[in-house]
Amino acid sequence: MLRYILGKLALIIPTFIGITILAFGFVRILPGDPVLVLAGERGLSPERHTALMHQFGFDQPIWQQYLTYLTNILSGDFGTSFSTKTPVLKDFLVRFPATVELAIFAMIFAVIFGVAFGIFAAIRRGSWFDQLTMGTALAGYSMPIFWWGLLLIIVFSGMLHWTPVSGRIDLLYFFKPVTGFMTIDSLISGQKGAFRSAVSHLILPTIVLGTIPLAVIARQTRSAMLEVLGEDYVRTARAKGLAPRRVIGLHAFRNALIPVVTTIGLQVGTLLTGAILTESIFSWPGIGKWMIDAISKRDYFTVQGGLLLIALIVMAVNLIVDVLYAVINPRIRSN
Amino acid sequence: MPLLEIKNLTVSFDTAAGPFLAVRGIDLSIEPREVLAIVGESGSGKSVSMLAVMGLLPKTATVKADRMAFDGVDLLGLSPAARRRIVGKDISMIFQEPIASLNPCFTVGFQIEEVLRFHMGMDRAQRRARAIELMKLVGIPDPEARLSSFPHQMSGGQCQRVMIAIAIACNPKLLIADEPTTALDVTIQKQILDLLVSLQAKYGMGLIMITHNMGVVAETADRVIVQYKGRKMEEADVLSLFESPKSNYTRALLSALPENAVGDRLPTVSDMMFEPAPSASGGAA
Ligand SMILES: Nc1ncnc2c1ncn2[C@@H]1O[C@H](COP(=O)(O)OP(=O)(O)OP(=O)(O)O)[C@@H](O)[C@H]1O
Ligand SMILES: [Mg+2]
Repeated sequence: MLRYILGKLALIIPTFIGITILAFGFVRILPGDPVLVLAGERGLSPERHTALMHQFGFDQPIWQQYLTYLTNILSGDFGTSFSTKTPVLKDFLVRFPATVELAIFAMIFAVIFGVAFGIFAAIRRGSWFDQLTMGTALAGYSMPIFWWGLLLIIVFSGMLHWTPVSGRIDLLYFFKPVTGFMTIDSLISGQKGAFRSAVSHLILPTIVLGTIPLAVIARQTRSAMLEVLGEDYVRTARAKGLAPRRVIGLHAFRNALIPVVTTIGLQVGTLLTGAILTESIFSWPGIGKWMIDAISKRDYFTVQGGLLLIALIVMAVNLIVDVLYAVINPRIRSN
Repeated sequence: MPLLEIKNLTVSFDTAAGPFLAVRGIDLSIEPREVLAIVGESGSGKSVSMLAVMGLLPKTATVKADRMAFDGVDLLGLSPAARRRIVGKDISMIFQEPIASLNPCFTVGFQIEEVLRFHMGMDRAQRRARAIELMKLVGIPDPEARLSSFPHQMSGGQCQRVMIAIAIACNPKLLIADEPTTALDVTIQKQILDLLVSLQAKYGMGLIMITHNMGVVAETADRVIVQYKGRKMEEADVLSLFESPKSNYTRALLSALPENAVGDRLPTVSDMMFEPAPSASGGAA
């Protein structure tokens, strides 16, 4: 087990180097003069140009620039925003909880419904329920997020007035962030109706962001269950006289969980990409919206640092999933 | 009263090509403490008929019988829940692939204790004590430590011993063994057969032994049923079957024994099926 984890950790190092090279190369492969690109369209005097070249280190050899970049990152310096002049890491940390909160809700939504639909479709294979859920899942899988989000807003906010259109909470409420999670902070604040408001703001973004992972998880759960239900040990479980609930829910599902957990892990990457669009649709102040804003403002250092941070988080989540995979799979755990 | 009495059992499967009759009117009965062997070539419906008794066939199967009674209770008339109280407790079954038959995600101890919990209502300490006792009974060394092993950490023979431990955990009246040694090494086969026979004698269980192997029949069974294409061809006690087989098919099966091999080639049943009865020296070739 320990060796397995160490092996996974060792694999992370080349991935990390690869990602830093990509992020480093990103600003350098932009067409044109880097200083002009970074500084925008303002007319620069030659002296100012040289000074900026020096300030950003563009006058040094490329490998020297990369080493400096790598050392900075390892010491926690992910660059400074060109527009706000604050460290990218700081901007990131301010917005990150909003994204995490949304991602957690979307993931819980996707896992609960995906797993439940997948299991029922598998045990009622070929039934109308199976065909309907799998057909819907296929549609959900190929759903354009932007269109889906707008549709939900039009119906549930615009026509039915059930849910708010955007933001994390009604402007009525104000309190200092403690955890950065609006649902928790609203409870801590003790203000009446704040929690309810936070939750109602989460509903549509959660559905929009969770739709694709839900579809993927449902299909994967179904196929994993179908495979497992034909196994000899499931027959043994039934031969023991166990109730179907235990045979399916414990003996079969415990084995189906192994590929399902891998799928769930892979969906975290999808979720963070999806968050960029979802947050723009709902003006959700998380890192997705922050990245889009940075791109439109041509704040390249923010984009560069943000991409790297997101990539690092996906890597960390994948590592956690790998460990979890070993924990639930005895055949890996004991080797 | 017979332990298990089956009259005119038919099983058909819904397949893409229409209904397929796998078992076509089998009669079978076994007395308490008796060892009954069912032999017949692959596809003759041996497994399917016993899975029908256990209620383990898939939904595509239709099971019909004039009578299917265990210990006087009509199995087909029971509710699923009532039937599950019998299956795994009073009738149990072990299978051909011991490693695949155990759940790879749970320890051997968990899988043994599970039946004790649901059928015997034992508490944790009782279950553990009984599981250790069962592991000893089936001949697994160092049982306390082995309880926390996973199936992939054990050999095929040991996994079959665990399956037997699970099967006998609730003192069943009838144990069905579906080719319990086919997947094992030759040296292990004998050990597992001896174990089954000794447990059967010790606890006075009825034992139904499904096999291809006439040698196994000779060593273990009191009585034999020969099945062919879903029908019963012959039923006899072991001695008379070996001495004076009534049907050509049985004769053919007997001459397919390894000791009747000609040169390095084993005769097969279909070689001989519709030919005149082979001579006493065996082998139609
Ligand atoms: N689930 C199923 N669906 C359709 N046909 C089936 C199914 N299970 C078994 N059969 C068919 O029923 C027939 C009898 O199968 P069964 O497994 O009882 O044979 P067997 O006598 O046990 O053979 P073997 O010695 O190979 O184990 C076979 O022709 C088989 O293909
Ligand atoms: Mg069989």
